[in-house]
Amino acid sequence: MIEVSGLEFHYQTPVADGAAAFGLHVESFNVPAGANAALVGPSGSGKTTLLGLIAGTLRPTSGRINVNDQVVTALSERELGRYRILNVGQVFQTFELLNYLSVIENVMLPWFIAGVGQQLDMRTRAMELLRDVGLQSRAKSPPEELSQGEQQRVAVCRAMLNRPAILLADEPTGNLDQQNKQNVVDLLQAQARAFGSTLLMVTHDESLLSRFDHVHDIHSIAASPTSRAGQ
Amino acid sequence: MTGALFLGWRYLAHHRIKTSILVAATALMLFLPAGTRLLVEDGAAALRARADATPLILGAAGSELELVLNTLYFHAESPRTLRHAALEKARATGLATLIPIDARFRAQGAPIVGTSLEYFEYRNLTLGSGRQMGLLGECVIGANVAASGGLGPGDSLISSPETVFDIAGIYPLKMKIAGVLARTGTADDAAVFVDVRTSWIIQGLGHGHTDLAKPGAQSAILDRREDMITANAALAQFSEITPDNVTGFHFHGASGAFPLTGVIALPPDQKAAALLRGRYQNSDSGLQLIVPKTVLSELLDTVFTVQNYVILGLVMLSLATLAVISLVFLLSQQLRTGEFRTLSRIGASRSYIALLITSEIGFVFLISVALATALTLITRHFSMQLMRAFLSI
Repeated sequence: MIEVSGLEFHYQTPVADGAAAFGLHVESFNVPAGANAALVGPSGSGKTTLLGLIAGTLRPTSGRINVNDQVVTALSERELGRYRILNVGQVFQTFELLNYLSVIENVMLPWFIAGVGQQLDMRTRAMELLRDVGLQSRAKSPPEELSQGEQQRVAVCRAMLNRPAILLADEPTGNLDQQNKQNVVDLLQAQARAFGSTLLMVTHDESLLSRFDHVHDIHSIAASPTSRAGQ
Repeated sequence: MTGALFLGWRYLAHHRIKTSILVAATALMLFLPAGTRLLVEDGAAALRARADATPLILGAAGSELELVLNTLYFHAESPRTLRHAALEKARATGLATLIPIDARFRAQGAPIVGTSLEYFEYRNLTLGSGRQMGLLGECVIGANVAASGGLGPGDSLISSPETVFDIAGIYPLKMKIAGVLARTGTADDAAVFVDVRTSWIIQGLGHGHTDLAKPGAQSAILDRREDMITANAALAQFSEITPDNVTGFHFHGASGAFPLTGVIALPPDQKAAALLRGRYQNSDSGLQLIVPKTVLSELLDTVFTVQNYVILGLVMLSLATLAVISLVFLLSQQLRTGEFRTLSRIGASRSYIALLITSEIGFVFLISVALATALTLITRHFSMQLMRAFLSI
């Protein structure tokens, strides 16, 4: 469950006239536990900023974000890192796989950071995830040998390693062809369903919206977003 | 923590060319100043040890350094020679045991050292294989000569002619190898030892040929008078000394006039040494009696002075290298901004990323230290040879 209320976010960099740049204001925004929701809106409307605030990579100026009864806005920097790695799975538009790690090592990256659990267990789990997405045989390959669609599947596996409470996907289909777009949405929803995760996916691809239980337009939940709240 | 170490290691392994260059630069930065110092100190110690074990050297007046380097290390640059009579005269005083050294010729690049059997006892040289030289024309070779030429007892070695086109010069002598010395790690390993009379034969002071008095030698006779036979150019000279022709070898002239490059003098005590030195002080005999330890110290003092300047230069070079390596690391971190942002978005703290960078620096440093240590050990192992090569001795 994601609950956002009275959220305000300003970018720190002042604009030309000296006033603080306004980023985003969200009065109220909720995604029920276990739901799969899409967040739509044009470029620069604040979708990525809102995802960053929910993930804890950005700090709001004011307001409250609650994820599964955990008040994210009250966490310290150190606690935020822990919160992200244990509760949040993130899939990025450009995949962001590390080229010096193999496919399975990329999937295990959250474990290399958090170090929670036994390595052997995590390796087994990473292999299971890769098997689920049909990439078991590519486990030891470097990511650059994979197609874009395959790389995005690896990124989804990485996001799911720690069985996150929420799965945030920031335009994960932006660089993919139509078939791969459908495949990635299938995969995200299947994984979220399998682990009871709440899925929130940013997209401006209208052809995908029918696949989601909830569709939120950023214009309807955020007030006066400016171009500074970019992607 | 182990995760950061793993990621750091994988990053370095993936960028192995960059890592190798960094490791090589860092290892050289660490090794060069320390290695140079060790090389010079170890090499100097080894050189000093041989000089310390040689109390006095008698030689012709001239360069003390050339006399020491030739007598101790068989340096190719020969000093002025002294007559064998000078050795006999010194021996007659009874103040020292005297060992002749005649190191002017070479065989396959190795110095031929004409000496006596006392030399082997004095230097504690033992045979690794074969037997000690017994006949004229036999030689005993050092371990390095044997190893590099694949030689052993029973094989032969030919002395090198001094100049190819000098028809009046020194002719090659085929020497039979009687034995191979056990390795000592000194200049003796690289030398070919012969009896001093054999070295005189190499010079041409002694030779062997067919007996002109025998009936079969008529074609080699140019002129025959009552008590003298003159040979013509057809006379065959022996190029090898064998048990069959050894009796045909003879020397022309008085042995007292035959040359030596130096004489090692071993007085039994300090008093005898002082008395012997007194005999050659302010002498107008054309001879000098020197203490090799003193001469070598002067040489090594010069080497150490040069070494200090070299090390200073290397330290400055190392600092410049360190600055370049630091710059490479900083630029590398800037290029990895995206990677660090990804790690942070996934949940890595700043301290985790700092640990990742530190682990990479640590790995490079540790491997470099290991490499520098290995290079240092290798240098120490070969310090004597390197020092000798540096000083051409």
